[in-house]
Amino acid sequence: MPFLRRGDAMRLISARNLSVHHGGVAVLAGVNFAIERGEIVTLVGPNGSGKSTLIRALIGAERAATGAVTRAAGLHVGYVPQRLHVDATLPLTVARFLNLPRRVPAAEASAALARTGVAGLEGRQITALSGGQFQRVLLARALLSRPDILILDEPTQGLDQPGVAAFYRLLVDLRVETGCAVLLVSHDLHVVMAASDRVICLNGHICCEGAPSVVSAAPEYRALFGLGTGGALALYQHAHDHDHEHDLGHGHDHAHPHSHEHPDAG
Amino acid sequence: MLDDFLLRAALAGLGLTLATGPLGAFVVWRRMAYFGDATAHAAILGVALSFGFGISVYVGIIAVALGMAITVASLAGRGNAMDATLGVLAHSALAFGLVAASFLAQVRVDLSAWLFGDILAVGRGDLAVVWAGSGVVLGLLVWRWQALLTATVNEELAVAAGLNPRREGLVLTLALALVVAVAIKIVGALLIAAMLIIPAAAARRLARGPEGMALGASLIGATAVLVGLYASLRLDTPAGPSIVAASAIIFAAIALLPRR
Repeated sequence: MPFLRRGDAMRLISARNLSVHHGGVAVLAGVNFAIERGEIVTLVGPNGSGKSTLIRALIGAERAATGAVTRAAGLHVGYVPQRLHVDATLPLTVARFLNLPRRVPAAEASAALARTGVAGLEGRQITALSGGQFQRVLLARALLSRPDILILDEPTQGLDQPGVAAFYRLLVDLRVETGCAVLLVSHDLHVVMAASDRVICLNGHICCEGAPSVVSAAPEYRALFGLGTGGALALYQHAHDHDHEHDLGHGHDHAHPHSHEHPDAG
Repeated sequence: MLDDFLLRAALAGLGLTLATGPLGAFVVWRRMAYFGDATAHAAILGVALSFGFGISVYVGIIAVALGMAITVASLAGRGNAMDATLGVLAHSALAFGLVAASFLAQVRVDLSAWLFGDILAVGRGDLAVVWAGSGVVLGLLVWRWQALLTATVNEELAVAAGLNPRREGLVLTLALALVVAVAIKIVGALLIAAMLIIPAAAARRLARGPEGMALGASLIGATAVLVGLYASLRLDTPAGPSIVAASAIIFAAIALLPRR
């Protein structure tokens, strides 16, 4: 893990020997992690591999059984949760939601909505938004905190393939504009890889990590997602979720970096 | 027509709605209806213990209500099946309170006043307690409003922004215990939760934002207090239940409005 040898000053969040238990069962064990200013890191792993738990631990919502999480002093985290259910009994417009927890000027809120591609939704009720609109409103809210790091837990769930690509393109643009780091949980293995500086493959512990091309060639990654039945299973879920036919013919070769297939992604 | 006791009753009821409006909104949003019931029922035990130990009724109620609320909140944190747990706690607190009250002549004599309220017997001291208690609750909620609302929308959003949802939950727990203590004279232990839930639920359909719903709940609660007191005087019905009945009628009327 070469990144651990770099200077601490650049680190936004790091975890050292982090273990998290749920009801006595270890969900994460001995995880060492760090993300630096401006980096895009993608966390991949099968269901139940502890991706969301790691994210929650990094923002401080999970107690560490062993090890510790360190956040840079005064760190602003822009967090986009995997699911956000607003109770039907709570009337909440998009504008009001953007003012949580910190109140922001109306012009700033409108600009954030425009930047994430959902201008003019201020007066809409949160519960009346489509899935794609809601994800962009969540991202706009995260941007309003002027984040040093954006943390997004499977933000593209429920988006169609062009929607996913556009959402990732937006994230990459935002990184360039604001200089914020991006930590992303994803199961959209094909699209995400091209845009990431570093990919971490998680399965209760860190199986492998590095540049996208390094990870996708790693035997540990291939064991989880790559050739053979594992690869077929991953592809099946993927195709089932998004129904993009061009991938079906490439199923046998699932693990190579697909950046050339998705030039619009990065 | 406004005799002194009636004016005091109206002022006490209106003071209470300052707190029950916004707190009731949170009770509805966070699905704490049964939680409110458990806390309110524990008040009877608080009354009995206060007389038993010869301490202020308000102190006894706040202590027991707070104890119950914290117990419930900590059980919720450990992931017990809340519905059954709250059912057990709410009814046992009421049962033990009634049993304890039966040993104490002072409480037994006017048990129905503690269960259903005795707003027409509100004295100047009670009035001061109601307004002070409601003022503290309202102040607490206004002070923590943004953080409470964020934690209610999503706990992880609150944590990521550096807030502590557990501490915000404790603010609501404390507010609930205070409201129970000041409301028991007005609507009685059995109907306190109704004063929290019904006006807030009624205001939901008219509101576009959380603040509007909280304010609407207070206004609907205040209307119910005045209508209920008037009805109670004209029809010679018990005041507390009449106030709750009035708020239920307002709820039904709003629910029957044509959809916008």
